[in-house]
Amino acid sequence: MAQTFDRPEIQTPENLVYSKTTCLTDNVMHYCPGCGHGTAHRLVAEVIEEMGIQSETIGVAPVGCSVLAYNYFNFDVQQAAHGRAPAVATAIKRLLPEKYVFTYQGDGDLAAIGTAETIHACNRGENIVIVFINNGIYGMTGGQMAPTTLPGMPTSTSPYGRDVETMGNPLKITEIVAMLPGTHFVTRQAVHTPAAVRKTKKSLRMAFENQKLNKGLSFVEILSNCNSGWKLSPVKANKWMVDNMFPFYELGDLKVNGEMINKD
Amino acid sequence: MAKVVGDIIIDIERCKGCEVCNAACPNDVLEMSQEVNGKGYHYVIKVNADCIGCSNCAVVCPDAVITVYRAKV
Ligand SMILES: Cc1ncc(C[n+]2csc(CCOP(=O)(O)OP(=O)(O)O)c2C)c(N)n1
Ligand code: SF4
Ligand code: SF4
Ligand code: SF4
Repeated sequence: MAQTFDRPEIQTPENLVYSKTTCLTDNVMHYCPGCGHGTAHRLVAEVIEEMGIQSETIGVAPVGCSVLAYNYFNFDVQQAAHGRAPAVATAIKRLLPEKYVFTYQGDGDLAAIGTAETIHACNRGENIVIVFINNGIYGMTGGQMAPTTLPGMPTSTSPYGRDVETMGNPLKITEIVAMLPGTHFVTRQAVHTPAAVRKTKKSLRMAFENQKLNKGLSFVEILSNCNSGWKLSPVKANKWMVDNMFPFYELGDLKVNGEMINKD
Repeated sequence: MAKVVGDIIIDIERCKGCEVCNAACPNDVLEMSQEVNGKGYHYVIKVNADCIGCSNCAVVCPDAVITVYRAKV
């Protein structure tokens, strides 16, 4: 028999330090291997399990690769029309204020077709959490240019790279919503390394705790690879993200407790 | 001094072979299998008993494949 390196004496319940959260279903996710969407789903689900709010949480899923999020989250999820998740979440939260309500949206959903809904929900300071997955591309539809696509970045609709002369500059929507008085907590995180994942989870926890305290809108951007759209292996895509996305989309908190963080 | 030892259980059929976990392991415990699972992916396997139960692999895995145990001996 091949050696397995298993240590059954260590695999006991009291030694358990990490297992899949009960707030995710057992369905295998349809995401491409190594896609950050899976990691981001897991972190949201872990926070909800740790806060003990599984039966009180309602997620709102977007159009995009994560349109089927309701198959994976083991709590109530409403799927919204493209870009309209913050409006749907507004209605749910106002009708059921005791529930924890969050949206989960890609950059095409949140920063292109849904720009108006995003900005106005943030400006109104709705007491919801927005989880914003920025992979700089339209993943689901075949890797077209998004508002968040970097200058020079090739996509299927900008095969020679984004030319800012004709296609405009990328939109830093997170910086924009941070300036609105309605946002209470605005941060930009990533999910490519264990340290980054742990920080992102802390931010998500803070966002849901803010909702518990009726603080207003918490906005958590998560930089994530779309390795299929970027046409790189997952490990190379994460490296590409560090080298190219991070200099433009700087990680860290932009606004905490309603106060802008001065990075200088 | 107490030594920390760990072990992981890999849910082979959920693994998509993305290799994000091996990149995150401090002790080079993980490699990809020669065989493929039911979905056709080379899944991750343990190649030594040097796991310290740090959870790095489980924390970066997008598909919640890995369960981690840690003990002081
Ligand atoms: C009204 C409408 N317009 C356009 C589309 C096509 N469409 C589907 S997903 C998508 C963009 C998805 O990109 P993003 O939000 O970045 O999510 P990702 O797939 O990258 O996670 C578009 C344009 C649609 N489904 N409905
Ligand atoms: S297309 Fe991109 S965003 Fe969609 S699942 Fe694949 S890697 Fe993830
Ligand atoms: S728990 Fe840590 S040491 Fe063990 S396999 Fe995973 S990353 Fe490696
Ligand atoms: S990160 Fe998860 S899915 Fe990817 S190779 Fe490792 S165990 Fe498999």
